[in-house]
Amino acid sequence: MIDRLADPTSASWYEASARARIDGLLDAGGFREFVGPEQRRMSPHLPLFDLPRAFDDGMVVGEGILDGRPVLVAAQEGRFMGGAFGEVHGAKLVGLLRAARQRKPAAVLILFDTGGVRLQEANAGETAIAEVMRAIAEVRALGVPVIGLIGGRAGAYGGGGLIAGTCSRLAVSESGRISVSGPEVIETNRGAEEFDSRDRALVWRTMGGKHRRLTGGADAFADDTVAAFRAAALNLIGRAPAFDLATLEAEQARLEQRLARFGDCREATEIWSRLGVNDPAAVPATTASAFDALLSGLGETTHDAR
Amino acid sequence: MEKLSFRHATPGPLPGRKSQAITGVVASGNLEILLERVLEPTVCTVEIETPIRGYGDVWEAVIADFVARARPGGLRITINDGGARPDTVSLRLLQGARLMEV
Repeated sequence: MIDRLADPTSASWYEASARARIDGLLDAGGFREFVGPEQRRMSPHLPLFDLPRAFDDGMVVGEGILDGRPVLVAAQEGRFMGGAFGEVHGAKLVGLLRAARQRKPAAVLILFDTGGVRLQEANAGETAIAEVMRAIAEVRALGVPVIGLIGGRAGAYGGGGLIAGTCSRLAVSESGRISVSGPEVIETNRGAEEFDSRDRALVWRTMGGKHRRLTGGADAFADDTVAAFRAAALNLIGRAPAFDLATLEAEQARLEQRLARFGDCREATEIWSRLGVNDPAAVPATTASAFDALLSGLGETTHDAR
Repeated sequence: MEKLSFRHATPGPLPGRKSQAITGVVASGNLEILLERVLEPTVCTVEIETPIRGYGDVWEAVIADFVARARPGGLRITINDGGARPDTVSLRLLQGARLMEV
């Protein structure tokens, strides 16, 4: 039941479907899907709006093997309704996380690709977001790392951005974006002077993978390949912090320090400059390896918080 | 939402032993196709849900052409359409049949 990638080493994460990402991420042949498309658990709400449904409601969940160890995995299909959280879509992720409490896998991997809550079934979607965040806290409290991988076309927005914030660790690529309100939402509410959603360079340097990595919002920066995300996931599982009071207090302190240090900045490049980046304007064009070299010269982007 | 259903007689089973496959995504101009090897080998059914009304004749022709080319005996095929063009539908169907042949 899986899309095959011709070559996972070079295949683009951004371009791959949710099923192809799972196929390239996990060890070959070990994925077993829960509530697969043949069960036809589709949205009960979309027909009311005369909108087409998907057999998996845009969420693929199941179990597999990553580098010889059992993991649970969830992948959003960003091309179906922007990967948005509907009732079934959200319930599948909640169910997977609750299963993780019993199974205690080596990790839970969430392959984000979402614009947030699906507006046609918003109450169910909002409820699912809250349930997912609670379930992640419970899974982490049992010592199971929850790793978020963000590099799809829809990014991780709205409730997806909130959920990402509750994960143990996040890996993000250049094209991955993490935020709550999307560019168009900000522009609609506050005007183009506040945020010009058509300025793609502005969008990426404010919400994109490099900025999130530089400010400690994401913990690994990956090339846009399935192989790079697999390597990042393996690395992050080994570096997941404990989920205890000390970690939460460290996160609170980190965020307070960030606000005090950068709160008056008007532009992401100002923040990068204050972090010690010599040529902020050149950051968006740097390759992943050059970016990693840049990061290693800056102390505070890697932390024990979250 | 328009629902269409077609049933074709086939000379025998589609080669291969794969029990099910899915291909494509429900997105604008695209579609997803679920193929399940659950029927008698002399029958193929195709059920379609599409938000684009009034193209039953085109669907009928595309499905008939696919059945003649792929001879997908034994398959129950279900389609969620996102407004795909006939050539896209045809390619996805052939892609799905190929996935079942491994």
